[in-house]
This record gives sequence, C-alpha cells and structure tokens, in this order.
Amino acid sequence: MISNEAFVLGCSAIGAGLAMIAGIGPGIGQGIAAGHGAAAVGRNPGARGNIMSTMLLGQAVAETTGLYGFAVAIILLFANPLIGKL
Amino acid sequence: MLSSGVLDPQATSVVNDEITFGVDGLIRYELFGHELWITTTHISLLIVMVVIIAFAVVANRFIKKADPYKVPGKFLNAIEYLVETFDNLTKANMGEKHGLKFSNYIGTLFIFILLANISGLFGLRSPTADYGVTLALALVTFVLIHYNGFKYQKSAHITNLFKPILLTPINIIGEIATPISMSLRLFGNVLSGTVMLGLVYGLLPKAILLLVPAPLHGYFDVFSGAIQTYVFCMLTMVFISNTFEEA
Repeated sequence: MISNEAFVLGCSAIGAGLAMIAGIGPGIGQGIAAGHGAAAVGRNPGARGNIMSTMLLGQAVAETTGLYGFAVAIILLFANPLIGKL
Repeated sequence: MLSSGVLDPQATSVVNDEITFGVDGLIRYELFGHELWITTTHISLLIVMVVIIAFAVVANRFIKKADPYKVPGKFLNAIEYLVETFDNLTKANMGEKHGLKFSNYIGTLFIFILLANISGLFGLRSPTADYGVTLALALVTFVLIHYNGFKYQKSAHITNLFKPILLTPINIIGEIATPISMSLRLFGNVLSGTVMLGLVYGLLPKAILLLVPAPLHGYFDVFSGAIQTYVFCMLTMVFISNTFEEA
C-alpha cells in the first residue's frame, strides 16, 4: 500500500519530467536561429556584429517557454505545493 | 525556494544534505507580526553592492584628480572605455536623440547583473537566482517603459491598447507579461546553472571535484551569465525605445 505523501511525491517527479519536455521547442528554435545567423554571416561577413546581437536576442526570447517548463519542474520538485493539500 | 522565503522542512527532506542550491535562511527576525529571514541572497547582494560601491568611489577619486592635459593612465583609460562602451551601446540601440539619457541606467543594470551572475564563481549563491531580485529589476524596467510611454505618446499610450478592438485582452496581457517573462528568463537561466552546479558538487566524489566543475563554472556562470546580462539590457533598451515613436 502506498502512502498518500509517497504517491503525491512520485506523481510530482513524473510531472516534473514531463514539464521538461518543454525543452524541445527552444532547442529547435535556437538551432534554426543559429543556422540562419550562420547563413547570414556567410552572405554578408561585414555585418557580423549586428547579426550576432540580433541572433542572441531572438534566441533568448525563444528560450522563454523552455524556462517556464523549467520553473514548473523546479516548483514540483523542491517547493511542492501539492503536499500541503493533503 | 522561488521567493525570498526559506525552504520548508517538507521540501528539504527530499534533498540530500550534501546538495545545497536553495536559498538558506540565516537570521530570523519579526517585523509587524511577520516572520522574516536574512537569507544567503541578502548576503550575496550586500557583497556585490560593496564591491560596486568601492569601485565607484575609487573611479570617482581617479576622475576628479585627472589632469585633462595629460595622457590618462591605465585605470583611467579602462574607466573611459567602459563609459564610452555604454554610451555607444545605448546610442546604437535607442537612437542618437534619446540614447545618452539611458546610458546611466543601462550601465548600472549591466554592471550589477553581470557581477551578480558571476558571483557564483566566488562561492556565493548568485543573487539573481532568487526570484525576488529579478522581479524587482524587471519592475523597474516596467515602470520606465510606461513612464516613457506616457511622456512621448501621451494619451495614445492607452488608446493603442484598444487599437484592434477585438485584440484588447491580448494587448493587456502582453503588457503585463513583459516584466514577468523578462524576470523569469534571467531567473531561470541563472537558477538552472546554480542547480546543475549544486548537483555536481553534491553527487560527485571529492577527488573528481578538483577538475570537473571548472569548465561548468566557465559555461554556467561566466558565459551564460554574460549572455543573459546582455539580453536583459538589450530587451530593456528595445522595449523603452519602442515608446519613442510618435503615435
């Protein structure tokens, strides 16, 4: 027989793992941005600085959704709000 | 863990004693009936502040004593280079007309966040891995965005929210989401580095610890910290300079 706490903790761990699936999207997005950045530098090497800063800004914005998933996972693992509901 | 509070005992029991990356409370005090803590975040913030203030005082001395007819020395040259970099950065991103006014704010923000991010390298817990710190920084930017919005666009700053009338709720949510996403971006990046390094320090045997964490510190603290500092400042500049256009 599983105790209530153990059940909630186990399900929270699974939920944290599922939340980190959100990391797929930013990975693809950042890769696309970096690829187009490399192509742009190849076409116009003189504009390297501007392309780099634009690319980094776009990648940082694309990263946001992944970080939302990360925040959810961290909350589930270390500051679990569900345990208090028992 | 996420707020400036302290890990509740329930949560600490999950984690091994060796692994430490949470915000630890050091001194407990009561204010107006609330239980509050002086945490590791406050200590790191104080140290970062002392370093910045000491640098500022020394730089001020040097600049006041400088003789404008002589070639500047090494330290003075470095300060001039720093100031010029921030001036050029703001001018390039916010336009020649308004850029210089924000050079102070962007420079302060840049130096503070950079030092806070790389303080993990010196054994402190990065203050920016505490949501209270990053949210405060993002709220300052939020206030600046809307102050400049009202200053340059007058009432159009409000009426722009209702421009396509069907999109009103999305526009309002978008305005509110700006500081939240900015603060979460900085917080998440620094916290992920802190968590990874905490796990490495807690799980690996002591003998390996001499070699392994060095490149990880280089990536998570220095590289990622510098990139996130740059991104935070860039986003601040972009959002503020969006309000300059006449409506």
